[in-house]
Amino acid sequence: MILSVCVGSSCHLKGSYDVIETFKRLIEKHGVADKIELRACFCLGRCSNGVAVKADASYVLDVNGANAEEKFVNEILPMVG
Amino acid sequence: MKTRLFDTAVQQLKYKVIKELIKAYDKGLNNEIFHDIPIRIMPGPEASLRCCVYKERAILQERLKLAMGGNKDNPNVVEVIDIACDECPVDGIFVTPACRGCITHRCAEVCPKNAITIKDKHAVVDKEKCIECGKCTQACPYNALVLQKRPCVNSCKAGAITVNASKKAEINNDKCVGCGACVYQCPFGAVADKSYILDALDILKNSENNTKYKVYAIIAPAIVAQFNYARIEQVITGMGKLGFFQVIETALGADKTLDVEADELGERGTLTTSCCPAFVKYIETNFPDLAKYISSTPSPMVMAGRLIKAMDSTAKVVFVGPCTAKKFEFKSDKAKDFIDCVLSFEELQAFLDAREIDVSTLEDTALNNASYYGRIFARSGGIVEGVTELAAKRGFEAKPVAMSGLDECKKQLMLLRAGRSPFNFFEGMACDGGCVNGALCLHHGPKSLTDVNKYGEKAKEVSVENTVKLYDLVGAKVKDETVEAAAAKDKPKK
Repeated sequence: MILSVCVGSSCHLKGSYDVIETFKRLIEKHGVADKIELRACFCLGRCSNGVAVKADASYVLDVNGANAEEKFVNEILPMVG
Repeated sequence: MKTRLFDTAVQQLKYKVIKELIKAYDKGLNNEIFHDIPIRIMPGPEASLRCCVYKERAILQERLKLAMGGNKDNPNVVEVIDIACDECPVDGIFVTPACRGCITHRCAEVCPKNAITIKDKHAVVDKEKCIECGKCTQACPYNALVLQKRPCVNSCKAGAITVNASKKAEINNDKCVGCGACVYQCPFGAVADKSYILDALDILKNSENNTKYKVYAIIAPAIVAQFNYARIEQVITGMGKLGFFQVIETALGADKTLDVEADELGERGTLTTSCCPAFVKYIETNFPDLAKYISSTPSPMVMAGRLIKAMDSTAKVVFVGPCTAKKFEFKSDKAKDFIDCVLSFEELQAFLDAREIDVSTLEDTALNNASYYGRIFARSGGIVEGVTELAAKRGFEAKPVAMSGLDECKKQLMLLRAGRSPFNFFEGMACDGGCVNGALCLHHGPKSLTDVNKYGEKAKEVSVENTVKLYDLVGAKVKDETVEAAAAKDKPKK
């Protein structure tokens, strides 16, 4: 799965880099590095629901440094089984 | 409220031509534009700038040609419009009627070539002997002597402009570094930059509203001192309305340039910066023996383009900045795969107005990608500040010097050549004060410097740490390539 974190201006201001660092850590922790490729992109068109994250074709929205772990465990991990 | 857009009436003319061209493009270009646009701009019947309205229109036709890309056979981005050149006098030292015929003759005393004699109680200059050093002009207590140099020749610190047999200015392409000083300084607007606006319009049009591919604009940090009638965030919204998918700060590229360049300095010991293409060409042309010190690190423009294309391989990237030299840099081998077009701030203003977008009425769109250090690249001393910080963190000493304006660059490079320079890192920018004073800025002035500093402080990222990680994440592996290129460069030395 390709997991893209938006680093456009609006999301960046809401903490893209915190989200990226948390995801990096969690991918390692859960041993899913072979299943999830972490990427960054400019603008997913969901600026008002930043930080926006795209997991293959589906969106995970309103992510931030504080809830990134929760979102990852509850919404993203299940997608890769 | 709109305040005055430009510093000079010449910029205004160029702007009008480009604006009309864009309007014509939107309606479908045809050959009639060469007839129609000059008349629309100069309706007459009275001439307002030249001898007659027909000459004014003829010159506008030439401006239109430049707006459409100029002479394809001339690789230079700056061209002389022959019929616009007013053949300014090139008499050198000229004695004005203010000469009082005094008895001290300080002018003659100070002349190193004994070129001044006193005839009938008046100073007379022997043009054969005079070297135009200007000492007499400073010595005369009546300011009666003036050194007449053509503004274009005077502005060209690369010595690329001469006067040809028909008294027109002529640019020596081998010497020209593309800094654009002459473009801004010629009072008749007879030296002008080529525009790639039609290419930009095609790129945007063919993207079919960013569905075929996405068009990214990367904006130079010098923008902060521009568009004074609106907030930058409003300008970004306006650029979205022009059809750009996303506007990214070129300063994000500058962060990576700084990161790689600091390492390169640590490895190579002596380095001159590579972000100003005019400065790079100045060294290559005038100090070829020092070219080995030119950093192999890609410029911020190229870095930002690399990042975007690593994220989105079909993306098109348009740089928007204050610079004429970027207009040739983007066609170089180093840049051509990453940058698709270059526009100036002047052209952006024309584009917005042609589409009747008044940015001062728009809502804001955030612009915050780069760090403090990337943003202050816009002014002289910015890279020095950044490299000093990174060198200290990485455990080596940088002895940097900031040079802006080619005269200052020349001075430091001569010391380096003579082995008498106390510095090991040479930040060079062709424009006085840096990009914030670039030739294609809408307006120029000392306020610009404080604007850049304030803008830097508004960056969310206070250091380059986070932003440079982005390049690794998307696989834009710039460092390895740069180190390889640097190694290749160092080889012939050994």
